[in-house]
Amino acid sequence: MNRFLLPLGIFIVIAAFLAVGLGLNPREVPSPLINKPAPAFTLPQLHQPEKAFSQQDMKGKVWLLNVWASWCVSCREEHPVLMELAKSNAVPIYGLNYKDPRDDAIAWLKQLGDPYVLSIADRDGRVGIDYGVYGVPETFVIDKQGAIRYKQIGPLTPKALKDKILPLVKELQL
Amino acid sequence: MIPELGHFALILALLLALTQGVLPVIGAARAIPAWMAVARPAAQGQFVFVAIAFGCLAWSFANNDFSVLNVATNSNSQLPLQYRIAATWGSHEGSLLLWVLMLSLWTVAVSVFSRQLPEEMVARVVGVMGLISVGFLLFMLLTSNPFERLLPAAADGRDLNPLLQDPGMVIHPPMLYMGYVGFSVAFAFAIAALLGGKLDATWARWSRPWTTLAWCFLTLGIMLGSWWAYYELGWGGWWFWDPVENASFMPWLFGTALIHSLAVTEKRGSFKSWTVLLAICAFSLSLLGTFLVRSGVLTSVHAFATDPKRGIFILAFLTVVIGGSLVLFAWRAPRVGLGGAFELVSRESMLLANNVLLAVAAGSVLLGTLYPLFLDALNLGKISVGPPYFDAVFVPLMTPAVFLMGIGPLARWKDASLPEIAVRLRWAFGVSVVTALLLPFVMGRWTPFIAFGLLLAAWIIASSAVTLKHRLSRSEGGLRARLGAQPRAYYGMLLAHCGVAVFIIGVTLVKGYETERDVRMAVGDSVTVSNYTFRFDGVQSINGPNYRGSRGTIDVSRGGKHVRVLHPEKRIYHVQQMPMTEAAIDTGIFGDLYVSLGEPVSGGAWSVRVYHKPFVTWIWGGCIIMALGGLLALCDRRYRVSAGRHEAIVSGGGTKGAAGEVAAG
Repeated sequence: MNRFLLPLGIFIVIAAFLAVGLGLNPREVPSPLINKPAPAFTLPQLHQPEKAFSQQDMKGKVWLLNVWASWCVSCREEHPVLMELAKSNAVPIYGLNYKDPRDDAIAWLKQLGDPYVLSIADRDGRVGIDYGVYGVPETFVIDKQGAIRYKQIGPLTPKALKDKILPLVKELQL
Repeated sequence: MIPELGHFALILALLLALTQGVLPVIGAARAIPAWMAVARPAAQGQFVFVAIAFGCLAWSFANNDFSVLNVATNSNSQLPLQYRIAATWGSHEGSLLLWVLMLSLWTVAVSVFSRQLPEEMVARVVGVMGLISVGFLLFMLLTSNPFERLLPAAADGRDLNPLLQDPGMVIHPPMLYMGYVGFSVAFAFAIAALLGGKLDATWARWSRPWTTLAWCFLTLGIMLGSWWAYYELGWGGWWFWDPVENASFMPWLFGTALIHSLAVTEKRGSFKSWTVLLAICAFSLSLLGTFLVRSGVLTSVHAFATDPKRGIFILAFLTVVIGGSLVLFAWRAPRVGLGGAFELVSRESMLLANNVLLAVAAGSVLLGTLYPLFLDALNLGKISVGPPYFDAVFVPLMTPAVFLMGIGPLARWKDASLPEIAVRLRWAFGVSVVTALLLPFVMGRWTPFIAFGLLLAAWIIASSAVTLKHRLSRSEGGLRARLGAQPRAYYGMLLAHCGVAVFIIGVTLVKGYETERDVRMAVGDSVTVSNYTFRFDGVQSINGPNYRGSRGTIDVSRGGKHVRVLHPEKRIYHVQQMPMTEAAIDTGIFGDLYVSLGEPVSGGAWSVRVYHKPFVTWIWGGCIIMALGGLLALCDRRYRVSAGRHEAIVSGGGTKGAAGEVAAG
């Protein structure tokens, strides 16, 4: 093969991938879990590993499950929004600390503030797989019957909160 | 009215760009002097109309014309004037207009400073740049018109993203774009050379100053972006390997390789096809960067509104420009022929090795950036590639590159002797090892990481000193005369290399010795970080022009002596309701004191982040020194003198004479 054609070949491969990539949206991926019961889990709490937490404990309440990690840059971007939301007491936020060393996670919360009622530690990411976590952060809205009603991929923005999540939460809380 | 004038000016600019891209290129191919002569006036006319369009948009922002959609979505009547003007390039549409403005500015510069070049060359270079401009103008007019009206007009605008309301943001994009777009000149020269079939030392000589200038701008642009992230994001990081940062870093790596490769092509006539390929790559990655940022295929902190139609347009444009130039490369490059031969140990081979390392580094950054996309496209799931990958790949690639940086300037062209270099550099090596072993103890703590970083930095400085000494010993006269006898380009190189050393020192020391404390502080509480005592004196409410917030007062002292008072802020911008952290930083040569407010906790206490970042400013200082090195090289006498001399030669003996002059100079 002509070695001068090699760069062209590499470029064609990249361009093909970019073309496919345009059809995909990294932010809005329809979750097959919408309107299905939230996958069951029982995981140790981040701050008190001797205590466990399960999605069963939240039956009868509307709540947010926010997937986060200390290594995730977008989580920092999202974090002030979560802090504001936690302060407003509109809806309890529970954190799923995803594939994160415990010390890093606790240091992160101590440094930036802890918007979560509590966080649970998913060290090996199994629960994350059950929930179809693509990238961190992600946020699930779970209703009183324990079904997932909405999934936000990527950081929560004040706009998404105001236009989608809070109205949905209000409706579910009735 | 004004927005319509701007829109109309853009359409006229497109027509001129078409003329500029078509006539001169055909004229050069068919040897029609009148068609070639169109290049300069068309380029200058295009610049005038793009500048008018830009001025119209800026006017609409400055005068709060909320009947323009772009103004209504990115500005607000309460936004201070300087940010309203900066908002002109704060949006997707506006930043494209800035891109085109920069491109036409570079084209005008080429048309003015190219009088010594043969007409066909000018026609082709300006023509290629015109074609690039056509692509961007079409993109703007078809998919992202900055002058689109919003009728009825909005009462007030949605405000500029608070993250962008910052002095750093006012100059970061123009600098970065000057760099990105500047590589289009090197690209246009490469394409022109491929079209004309003449790739020789003269071509490299013409491309060099343009490439260096673009590289200087890009260096400064990246540095400003990093500095901005450091003080604006409020948690003291300075580089995140975010896709958009990578998009600016890849052209930089290729550009750095290109500068070195051009030097070989000019001096020795070697690496011709490789240099052309690098010129194509540097600009292609600038375009790819634009695509990644603008199309939304990757999520990033910088993500702008995404629109698939735009993505398809840019991708088509990318395919035409990059694919087309690579086809031209595959077709023409095999006939270029080889330059002067060289031995395994020679300056050429070392520069080639450095080039390959830089290109591989850029390739691995590209892979890491696009990997999530590849997996996604193949349905293998979505992931994000983080700093661990980049750190693991980057350090091993850059270590040998830094090592070669010390040896290269000492090695002779064509055939160097390894034992001779070893003898010359043994002292430099000894000094670096001793520095690496001892200095960390003096600074307080020895770790392999710190020692390694200091070894690299000391090696660059020590070997540069040895090179300078060796070089001076070969000239005649007193020290002054000897110093004066060296060309500025040589000093520019030394300075840029030392900039790399300063940068490495900054990175090493800040990673090795930084202290971060996150504490809960009530009024009157103190915390001590690296001998500095920080006393929290409470928080007051403040009201800014378009935000409200809290402003903390923190008194810093050292050993009982007052140092200064810092005022970190926490702001909520009215319109977007976005909380922002404004860190207070005491900047010093030997370290920064960095304080930012976290959240209020019970009883008037706040969580406060207190960092001591030793030598962090050296990171950006190193970048500035690198850019200054580039500028110094640009002031070299030969670039200024050559203009006059060339004219005489070109009129007398044509291009052949010009090539001879290079060999003589």
